[in-house]
Amino acid sequence: MADADSVVQPQVVCASSTSSSMGDRATFRDGTVSRDGPMSRGAAMSRAGATFRDRATFRDSAKFRTVGVRVKESVATAIVWAAAGLIVAVLGWILADIFLKGVSEVSLSYLWNDMEDAGRGGGILPIIVSTLAILMVTLATSIPLSLATAIALTEHTRDLSTAGRLVRRSLDVLAAVPSIVFGLFGNAFFCIVLGLGYSIWSGGFTLACMALPIMIRTTEQAIRAVPDEYRYASAALGMSRSTTMFRIILPAAAPGLAAGLVLGIGRALAETAALIFTSGYVTRMPESLSDSGRALSVHIYDLAMNVPGGNARSCAAAIVLVALLLMLNLLSAMLTRYVGQKTGTSMFERNDG
Amino acid sequence: MIRTEKLSVHYGAFTAVRNASLSVKQGSITAIVGPSGCGKSSFLSALNRMTDLIPSARITGKVMIDCCDIHDQCRSPAELRRCVGMIFQKPNPFPMSIRRNIELALREHGTRDRAELKSITERVLTDVGLWEEVCDRLDMPALQLSGGQQQRLCIARALALQPQVLLMDEPCSALDPIASAKVESLITSLRGRYTIVIVTHNLAQARRIGDDLAVFWVNKGAGEIIEQGPAEDVFETPSHSISAAYLSGTRG
Repeated sequence: MADADSVVQPQVVCASSTSSSMGDRATFRDGTVSRDGPMSRGAAMSRAGATFRDRATFRDSAKFRTVGVRVKESVATAIVWAAAGLIVAVLGWILADIFLKGVSEVSLSYLWNDMEDAGRGGGILPIIVSTLAILMVTLATSIPLSLATAIALTEHTRDLSTAGRLVRRSLDVLAAVPSIVFGLFGNAFFCIVLGLGYSIWSGGFTLACMALPIMIRTTEQAIRAVPDEYRYASAALGMSRSTTMFRIILPAAAPGLAAGLVLGIGRALAETAALIFTSGYVTRMPESLSDSGRALSVHIYDLAMNVPGGNARSCAAAIVLVALLLMLNLLSAMLTRYVGQKTGTSMFERNDG
Repeated sequence: MIRTEKLSVHYGAFTAVRNASLSVKQGSITAIVGPSGCGKSSFLSALNRMTDLIPSARITGKVMIDCCDIHDQCRSPAELRRCVGMIFQKPNPFPMSIRRNIELALREHGTRDRAELKSITERVLTDVGLWEEVCDRLDMPALQLSGGQQQRLCIARALALQPQVLLMDEPCSALDPIASAKVESLITSLRGRYTIVIVTHNLAQARRIGDDLAVFWVNKGAGEIIEQGPAEDVFETPSHSISAAYLSGTRG
């Protein structure tokens, strides 16, 4: 009877001590000991019983979940959702702002005509053409380079080798270099040393230098994320390293590669400072890649800063730029989904949400 | 068919397998059993030089397959692995269609003719009992097959290269009992046509399918073969006390 009593006791003590948030299980144990006296035989037996019973706390879990804990949980939930909401709100604000200010200026003829009056009138066709041309040059140089570098980093160097570390460290430094520095370098190297002048070539190459670090790192991660099982299976079938890479690893890494490409394109399209020094801001329709051409981002900057009364027009150009980015994002998402359906990996993606 | 002489596998300073000497008869199924970490898989992957893929791995001793030293300079690892297929514990079909899974390696090794590719695909899929199940959806991604079907596809993929030897590293242990039984009867049906070395944790399976048996055990920090011979003999009258306890089920 005495045993049963002391078995029940601790639970009461336990519940009361937590609800008053005074103590934890240690004090409860001390409490049991002091109640019966530390050395008595009865106490030892009851403690054994108590600790065993004590584990079945799920029954009492409702009591443990006190108001304090609930408040803490909901505050934490509120904070994380508020942060997420803030991000969405900022994005929404930006989009709404440029949309409201600029949408009245956007029309088919705006997209299809030459510029007039420093951008206050006419359209932006030459600028769209220049932007796409610069983007083409950028991608044509950066995709092969980033792919090759990423393959070298993943397949031909060990993780801790000096060469691999050197390349990775350089990439991290390059990624952190301000774009204006890239612009000055591009001007000095591509425009002057290589004699390309203010041209789409110079701008494209400079942007390629800027986009490379992020593209290489994402490509590298995508290749690394491909399970080693595929490499083993391929080796066990006597396939060469290049077949393994180009027929198995790269297709399996395609979704990650597309993500890297989108990030690189985003970086390139968003760039203004580097392009002012390299591809220039001539508003003529470029006749070849050696001509100077004004990119959309430079156009937006110029209208907003240098052209009085160009504000609405700069918002219109911003709408075009955002639409272009969204379209490229969508395109890469569709490509990724297509590849996923062909390989069967999309099944897992859908499960992940 | 396969003969190893004092084969040791080292990873850096660690020795995984020490002085393993084993001979495997042509067309037979040799089961390798033993506790985890006793070097069974390392031994197996040394046989087709998969250990080359691990930078720290080092092999000493001799491996003869079909009377040729596998470390002979004039034979490339790719040629070796074409003749010595390998099946892994986890089914690992490539993330592409069933058809391409089989054709990829064939194309790599010089089979380009479409009709030939088609007939080989049908033959090996029939061999593994998968043809009936997938013949109308060969262009479906292989990853959408069930685990057992994937493993049989991997076996078909290896068979397509017409290897002499098949190395299997616990091919059934990632599968449910029914799929496992299918793969097991498939392995039995390959007896005589291919020389098979199979690592398994399942003693009953080793007894059911093995012609010969090799027992690995850890001795002084490295895996060694402590017992080998015809499977029935080794199970009935093991000569080593550890393997006797292990095989009779009183230990391990």
